[in-house]
Amino acid sequence: MSANHDDHHQAPDGHGRALRLGIGGPVGSGKTALVAALCRSLGPSMRLGVVTNDIYTTEDADFLRRAGVIDADRILAVQTGCCPHTAIRDDIAANLDAVETLEERFGPLDLVIVESGGDNLTATFSRGLADRQIFVLDVSGGDKVPRKGGPGVTAADLLVVNKTDLAPMVGADLTVMSRDAAKVRDGKPVLFTSIREDKGAHSVAEWVVGIVDAWHHQHAHTV
Amino acid sequence: MHGDMAMLLLADSRLPAGGHAHSGGAEEAVRVGAITGPEDLARFLRGRLATAGVVTAALAAAACELGADPAQERWRRLDAEADARISSPAQRDASRTQGRLLVRTTRRIWPSEALDSLAAAVPDGAHHPVALGAAAAAAGCEPRQAALAAAYTSVTAPATAAVRLLGLDPVLVHRLLADLAPALNDAAHEACVIQADDWSSLPAHAAPALDLLAEQHLRTEVRLFVS
Ligand SMILES: Nc1nc2c(ncn2[C@@H]2O[C@H](COP(=O)(O)OP(=O)(O)OP(=O)(O)O)[C@@H](O)[C@H]2O)c(=O)[nH]1
Ligand SMILES: [Mg+2]
Repeated sequence: MSANHDDHHQAPDGHGRALRLGIGGPVGSGKTALVAALCRSLGPSMRLGVVTNDIYTTEDADFLRRAGVIDADRILAVQTGCCPHTAIRDDIAANLDAVETLEERFGPLDLVIVESGGDNLTATFSRGLADRQIFVLDVSGGDKVPRKGGPGVTAADLLVVNKTDLAPMVGADLTVMSRDAAKVRDGKPVLFTSIREDKGAHSVAEWVVGIVDAWHHQHAHTV
Repeated sequence: MHGDMAMLLLADSRLPAGGHAHSGGAEEAVRVGAITGPEDLARFLRGRLATAGVVTAALAAAACELGADPAQERWRRLDAEADARISSPAQRDASRTQGRLLVRTTRRIWPSEALDSLAAAVPDGAHHPVALGAAAAAAGCEPRQAALAAAYTSVTAPATAAVRLLGLDPVLVHRLLADLAPALNDAAHEACVIQADDWSSLPAHAAPALDLLAEQHLRTEVRLFVS
């Protein structure tokens, strides 16, 4: 495509690179907790990189570095100038740059996770940035959220409903959430988690292993 | 050629090249109370255009000219001229980051020898105005159009940031931008007067207050914008 193939301005086709997994969802739903859990569960068997999109400071990146779940250098933080959804959807340049920087420094990698800044129900990842995406809700937002839909809830490859341990306290009915989500998601999977109780988010990790394996099969021949 | 259309695309804040995350010093100016409302903002924009804006426009014009007949050695020299004109390390970093993202994006929009050779010459990221001028050349612009796009984005980025940070009336802020039309023309004109091979005579206006804001901004704990 271009004159020099070894610089880092590559086109976003999938050959010879890691699967890029976006994790989005409203503020505080447990995105960073899920990233940490996935690093714990998958770190031993996969080569990982993480990009965080913080709204202020570098809180999420710092949290992950302190948690010690992944080598601190493999986490890069992107700043989003007041607009977390812009950085994952309309103008993905800074995120792509971070992802490719990780691949260049530590590659080959199996999986790069991009956590979006907490945003609203309409924020989803561009296909130019994420190959697959998880949308994380929590039960404390109320059991009506799946019914409300929005692109995150309806279109994400996996919907995670987190903090099920809080359901009795906030009066959220998980059966209602499950039924409503199934209705708008057209058969795509939904998983209920309590990352507080399951520090490795094992059901989600298992799903991620599945998509990473499928990705390798699809793209392996050109690596 | 298609220079007019390309200039509009390059100047558009929707160009997906990472510009949305930069405030051009406005965030720190708001934090320290130097911009509190439309009057302060108007003064800030005017000052920025007359200093950083003119320098940026001149570098972009020179880069656009070079883009017509690019050579790696010449890109490195022009990039060094840009480096010498940005005294704050924080701003140099921000400029290179934006330049790198701009090259990444525009190379896919306008594949070209100009952008390929710039990327190869300065792989970690050329300064933003140099990248902008190279992209403008790749897209079929003339140096004056590159200068206009550069001067324009030097004021629209902080104006947009101020709207977000202070909740200013966006229509009023656009009126401030419209009022800058003559100054913008002058800046582009000044940028194109000095051309040819003598890059050392490109404008080198300093803006110490902007430099200080950029340095303080890096040390501020709560930041929404990269710069
Ligand atoms: N009770 C309970 N708390 C949880 C669970 N998962 C995460 N939390 C807590 O919820 C809070 C927010 O979690 P984060 O992982 O930071 O959420 P986030 O979505 O990354 O937040 P932002 O990035 O700020 O949008 C933290 O205090 C977590 O400890 C859970 O399963 N149960
Ligand atoms: Mg988080």
